[in-house]
Amino acid sequence: MSDFNAAKWRPAPLLPKDGSRSGSLLFVVATLCFLACLTAIAVIASDRAARGWVGQLDGEATVIVRPRRGETPDAAAARAAEALAGVTGVAEARALEPQKAYDLIRPWLGDISDLEDLPVPRLVAVTLDRKAPADAARLAQALKAQDLDASVDDHSLWIKDIRRSANLARGLGAVVFLLIAGAAGAVVAFATQAGLAGRRDVVEVLHLSGAEDSYIASLFQLRFARMAAIGGVIGAGVAAGLGAVLRLAGGAQGLTPALPIAWSDLAVALACPLAAALVAAVAARLTASALIRDME
Amino acid sequence: MSRNPSAAAAFTAEGEIVRFENVSMRYGEGPEVLSALDFGLAPGSFHFVTGSSGAGKTSLLRLISLAARPTQGRIEIFGQDAARAGAKTRPALKRRIGVVFQDLLLLDHLSVFDNAALPLRISGGRPSDYRADVAELLNWVGLGGRMDSLPPTLAGGEQQRLAIARAVVNRPEILLADEPTGNVDHEMALRIFRLFVELNRLGTTVLIATHDQDLVARSARPVLHLDKGKMTFRPAQAAP
Repeated sequence: MSDFNAAKWRPAPLLPKDGSRSGSLLFVVATLCFLACLTAIAVIASDRAARGWVGQLDGEATVIVRPRRGETPDAAAARAAEALAGVTGVAEARALEPQKAYDLIRPWLGDISDLEDLPVPRLVAVTLDRKAPADAARLAQALKAQDLDASVDDHSLWIKDIRRSANLARGLGAVVFLLIAGAAGAVVAFATQAGLAGRRDVVEVLHLSGAEDSYIASLFQLRFARMAAIGGVIGAGVAAGLGAVLRLAGGAQGLTPALPIAWSDLAVALACPLAAALVAAVAARLTASALIRDME
Repeated sequence: MSRNPSAAAAFTAEGEIVRFENVSMRYGEGPEVLSALDFGLAPGSFHFVTGSSGAGKTSLLRLISLAARPTQGRIEIFGQDAARAGAKTRPALKRRIGVVFQDLLLLDHLSVFDNAALPLRISGGRPSDYRADVAELLNWVGLGGRMDSLPPTLAGGEQQRLAIARAVVNRPEILLADEPTGNVDHEMALRIFRLFVELNRLGTTVLIATHDQDLVARSARPVLHLDKGKMTFRPAQAAP
């Protein structure tokens, strides 16, 4: 005889446990969420690096000063720096020490002993006003007005290439992120559909017994949103952990200049579980509605 | 369908609980399984639906239980146009109809008690309000000792009685049963039939689809006979 006590009965969950199937599903969702989060962190960090490079080049110019006959290179450089400092749109202009110029050309000439005897031109580093920077023509005009033999390099040759490279890196990163996020979303949706189709019997009985569509859908929504959220938490947690290790190992500059991870970048992982749960919930609702429609 | 004057109970237009007007049905692009049905069921009536396999018995019950939609025609259930009933109204109408499905459709992962309580749970009742009723009903159908068993562990007759308990636990106004005695022995068939008669006495409109001509003959109830999707009415005959 059964010892079942009806007075203590509590309704059992209407959906059966999925067992091993939900375990493998969880693993796939967690893996895709991990990849999506990691890509998002990398995209944000590389975007910051690209903006930094472009910003640096945008805000600076270099002037090469060649001394006139009877004038020392240092005097010419000092005169150029003084002339440039007075130009509107220049925040600062300073003549670089000769050593800096030697350091710049040493890689091309090798470590020769009489490098200092060569007629190396002096350099003036110009920091431009960020809000209204002076252009190369204005700098050249100011130098010419002081009868200086100098050429201005406003980095325009480089900046175009670097900007293009930065935009390309940004675009590629965004595309890779969208692909991985899309794949993660599709897998969550597909898994939700497969899981729900496997419970067609429950949907049918509930539907025929007079359960409202929203009641049936909410059962599956809850089940799959929860599973996707757990997968999202695991994947995002591991990705954030890896990001934190990279930040700690590389400091503010990151492991490479191309990936300067900031602590705030890791916050992107917070959105992952929510996004995964949302995708699963929407997929479950749409699939349940389609299943119910097919039944009539 | 022929209209027999003695079939007044089945064709009273006023106060009918079920009304079919020129109803046809087909599955997809297939042939019509039900053709131009016109009939009604009075509240508290008891009918059999007979016919050979493929005659349309199950399709008829599916239409009345709102599990399917007609291809053509108008169906009124409880005075409401079933086809026009919205997403909220259709489930509410379904909850007033109990169905014993031919393949029972028990949920194998739920206990006997959970299966039987399902319609009450769906209706939003609190477990404390219906626990005792479910237990009483399961005792009544002879499953008092199997309340925490899972359906796959039950014998065929027990499963059948569980499906019936689930169909009637909500005290439906209409009870539809599709071959409810198909998988049980003669003794069990009679017990199940007596259960339906008892429910009918309590006011439930009963419609049973069956192949069991012996049961039909002994019951002395009117018959809706289907043949290739067309319906004829046979009034109640005196029991032999």
